[in-house]
Amino acid sequence: MQMLHIVNKSPLDRSTLDSALRMAKPGSTILLIEDGIYAVTKGNKAESAIREAMKTVSISALWPDLEARGMQDAVIDGVKQVDYSGFVDLVADSSSVMSWL
Amino acid sequence: MKFGILVNEGPYTHQASDTAYQFCKAALEKGHEIDRVFFYHDGVNNATKLTEPPQDDRNIVQRWSKLAEEHGVDLVVCVAAALRRGIVDDNLAAGFRISGLGQLVESGIRSDRLVTFGD
Amino acid sequence: MTESTGGIDMEDEASGTIKKFAFINRKAPYGTVYALEALEVVLISAAFDQDVSLVFADDGVYQLKKGQATKAVGMKNFSPTYRALEGYDIEKLYVEKESMEARGLTADDLVVDVEVLGAAELADLLEEQDVVLSF
Repeated sequence: MQMLHIVNKSPLDRSTLDSALRMAKPGSTILLIEDGIYAVTKGNKAESAIREAMKTVSISALWPDLEARGMQDAVIDGVKQVDYSGFVDLVADSSSVMSWL
Repeated sequence: MKFGILVNEGPYTHQASDTAYQFCKAALEKGHEIDRVFFYHDGVNNATKLTEPPQDDRNIVQRWSKLAEEHGVDLVVCVAAALRRGIVDDNLAAGFRISGLGQLVESGIRSDRLVTFGD
Repeated sequence: MTESTGGIDMEDEASGTIKKFAFINRKAPYGTVYALEALEVVLISAAFDQDVSLVFADDGVYQLKKGQATKAVGMKNFSPTYRALEGYDIEKLYVEKESMEARGLTADDLVVDVEVLGAAELADLLEEQDVVLSF
């Protein structure tokens, strides 16, 4: 079991995603929620960083937040989409959880 | 599993309170336990019964109260943060109580996971 | 990682358990209240005899900058409190090297003695924690 990192900021607004990527160990999971979901959409400036990160960490995104923002059809392949129930599972299955506020 | 929840932002301005609520609801539906929801920083504004959102909007405060009523979730508002922002017993919504920051640390100790929602 | 505490009486559980708590400070002081209110949580945690680490990363490093003088903005200067943490047995203070360097700061610019760790070392430290609170 490894850590779950939660990021809720747009990568173009704040550097939160960069920090989480810098400190997420291989095997851990990063979950994008709220405005954080823009990071896992095609053509976003963060796409290359996300694709690179996916080689070592698992990337998930909260689909209610993707859908609310009209980004549900733009998700990068390989990103796992979870609902709130899946969010709970990710927390339960982690060793600990950190929200990158 | 037992979850502790920390809410750091007020209702309506930031989605944190909504996400925290949806998380709690999903966790309870899956048979998990919510040990406590602790409200800190502007999160204490989730506890005022003076809130009156338009009829077509969700009532965030009442939603928390209902969670407390139906599932016995302990809703704790940080006293220092609350006093700074004018939240007192007189305007506290049902199900909330005001207590010290130690309640947050305690929840971190006795929960299996502490999940923070904020800005 | 502490064993799951489910099922045990809560009073006994809370009094006997020592968990690893990490408080991650990522925001600059004064512009928002987070740095100050994070410090208040840290001080309270000392009363619970937990294994507490304090991490300063990103703009959180600015919280420790020497020479803060808040008279003109009319706010309370809380930076001396970081020097008082030792008296509360909170002695594990870490600053992320990358964040410090990106802000043109060195350990000499900070109000307290800290251990400077690279991102990879901090990642290891985070992974060891039971409870991680980021402000």
